[in-house]
Amino acid sequence: MTDLRVIGGDLMPPAQERRHLLSVADLTRDDVERLLATAHSFAISQDRETKKLPTLRGRLVLNVFYESSTRTSSSFELAAKRLSADTLTFKASGSSVDKGESLKDTAQTLSAYDPDVIVLRHPEAGAPAFVARNVEARVVNAGDGKNQHPTQALLDLYTMRQALGRLEGVHVAIVGDVLHSRVARSLVQALELVGAEATLVGPPTLLPAGLAPTSHDISTIADADVVYVLRMQRERIAAGANFVPSLREYTACWGITPERLREGQRVMHPGPMNRGIEIDARVADSEASLVIEQVRSGLVVRMAVLYDVLTAGRPVAVDTAVGVAS
Amino acid sequence: MTTSSLLAGPHGTENVVIRGARVLDPAEGVDAALDVRIDNGVIAQLGESLDTNEHRVIDAAGRTLVPAFVDPHVHLRTPGREDEETISSGTAAAAAGGYCAILAVPNTDPVVDQPDLLRGLRARAEAEASVPVGFMAALTRGQAGEELAELAALADAGAAAFSDDGRPVATAGVMRRALQYNAVTGRMIAVHCEEQSLTRGGQAHAGDVAAELGLGGWPSLGESLMVARDADLAADTGRPIHLMHLSARESVDHLRRAQAAGAQVTAEATPHHLCLTDEAVRTLDANLKMNPPLRTETDRAALVEAVRDGAIAAIATDHAPHSPEEKDVPFESAPFGVLGLETAFAALYTYLVGPGMLPLETVLLRMSAGPAAIFGLERPRVAVGAPANLTLLDLSATWRVKADRLRSRSTNSWLLGKRLTGRVALTVAAGRVAFEL
Repeated sequence: MTDLRVIGGDLMPPAQERRHLLSVADLTRDDVERLLATAHSFAISQDRETKKLPTLRGRLVLNVFYESSTRTSSSFELAAKRLSADTLTFKASGSSVDKGESLKDTAQTLSAYDPDVIVLRHPEAGAPAFVARNVEARVVNAGDGKNQHPTQALLDLYTMRQALGRLEGVHVAIVGDVLHSRVARSLVQALELVGAEATLVGPPTLLPAGLAPTSHDISTIADADVVYVLRMQRERIAAGANFVPSLREYTACWGITPERLREGQRVMHPGPMNRGIEIDARVADSEASLVIEQVRSGLVVRMAVLYDVLTAGRPVAVDTAVGVAS
Repeated sequence: MTTSSLLAGPHGTENVVIRGARVLDPAEGVDAALDVRIDNGVIAQLGESLDTNEHRVIDAAGRTLVPAFVDPHVHLRTPGREDEETISSGTAAAAAGGYCAILAVPNTDPVVDQPDLLRGLRARAEAEASVPVGFMAALTRGQAGEELAELAALADAGAAAFSDDGRPVATAGVMRRALQYNAVTGRMIAVHCEEQSLTRGGQAHAGDVAAELGLGGWPSLGESLMVARDADLAADTGRPIHLMHLSARESVDHLRRAQAAGAQVTAEATPHHLCLTDEAVRTLDANLKMNPPLRTETDRAALVEAVRDGAIAAIATDHAPHSPEEKDVPFESAPFGVLGLETAFAALYTYLVGPGMLPLETVLLRMSAGPAAIFGLERPRVAVGAPANLTLLDLSATWRVKADRLRSRSTNSWLLGKRLTGRVALTVAAGRVAFEL
């Protein structure tokens, strides 16, 4: 076992009864510790033969996805199912949204099913907060525009702690298109919250100022314990965008190859990967890669988030809810 | 054409005595407890204990009577979006805000670039406006920035000024021709400074807040580069130009340089840019989304300083109504713009005068004499023989901004739910009581 703290009285109870998870900026360090510890309790339960827990029986979790997503939506769906909640997934394409329905109307319509939690992915910053103002349910942000992806940041912290045994003082180099990345924004805030350090590395046109120290020199990743690789999207080289001249040039300057890594460094990627572009296939398939662990962590962290927003952060009753002796 | 015909709207013949107010007209050098008698809509007498002459008497003890305000930048949304604002509702909002005159910008649907359209709007203002309105006409056809509109014909039809507001005149060549040719009309050209190749996709000031929230950046340079260009063009042509809604410190620097060099460059700032910074955008409330965007404390301080010393001589609301279905959406899909007419004075009094950042007298000058002078309108003043354009203020009153109490047809105010100090109690516009609390 790693040095995860056991849930107990030393963790501050949350401020209000009705809770959302909209942004890492809304979390305290105690919130993060509680969520990671809850996730760890659930992880133990997932090693057992019967993986399903009765914890959220009778609750309804709505997954509302306005952008395509494979791992996030399936991870939330499975997390809800493992906690015995009912789930319903609503994809915006092919729905009333295509007929011009506003987000407010869609949210209120789905509210009529009395969901306990709405998990929302939306292409615009602030959409989850907007929905939270218009519905009774708890809202969990599954990615809004280029703003936030808090469950990704939490699962990344969880993965790092599992792999490295600690978070405090860990140095993470985030490499690639930070400008358009909600993953990077959430992760930078989350790392700061737990006393870890972030450096942003990539083309100068894709590194916003003011988030964390930046460098366009790929050799600076040598200082990092974890190299966190972001997806490089083709849109960034479309005519008129000019963020980088070509994908070939991007790969030559910032692609993560075995030669650019040093012994002992771990590599993470939020997926989906562009092998051969931002990450060399030899790296993706190496021992250094934590990509599969990230997906596994995603399930238990999202179980913890669903549990947390619905129980207002009350400690997991380990014996009854999870069924393992503490 | 006389300057009074730049405005269309009501003319009153009110007979009123406003008794016992502190009369404060900084441009006239008046600050005294006086009665004001209005005969047939004209200020007939100032003095102590005036006879009522059987006029209606308004008891104004404890209140402050000032020259009514002039807003040089209002979106009346007419024609085309009368669901958002009409001449009737927009001028009622203006009256409630203490304004005796407003200038409406022409980025309507259709754009006001035809003389007959302008005549029609003026006729409607004569019939339904609560306060006089000056209608600006487009500077280029369709506001496309390519061919000049028929400036002389539009001026004859009553254009109060020319503007492509909402968008810039993209090329320096067209802007230079417009400044040169406009000598035939003598009306002001008001410009929206935006270099669109730098602002495309911009949602908020390109600074720390936008970086953190993942919003597209609208950089200060997107404005200041155009301010520098237009100031240089004004100097080059020797023609006047007015810069709308400045937001960036660098723009103020360019403005000061141009003014020091003798160019005829004037400018305005909005209450929201004077009172707020981009920190407010963290709420992702669509009522904090405007173009140009809210910027940093350094920018805000530079704007306030320029308003104080007069480099920015006008405060303009850029009153921009938007329907709830357009604005009650996530931040990124909302259109730019916020209301301003009904809250401008109270916002400035609460956030700038109260904390000692601007003297009351300066705010009054920049809301009235300043914009009137820039656009060649008669200056509202408290003086015998002047048309009655007066606003009575209750500076000790506090009130809460509520959506259902606004006269505007829209409710996209950045001040909803806020408690403000300083309230307009009465507005007399063009000799007529246009608003009374």
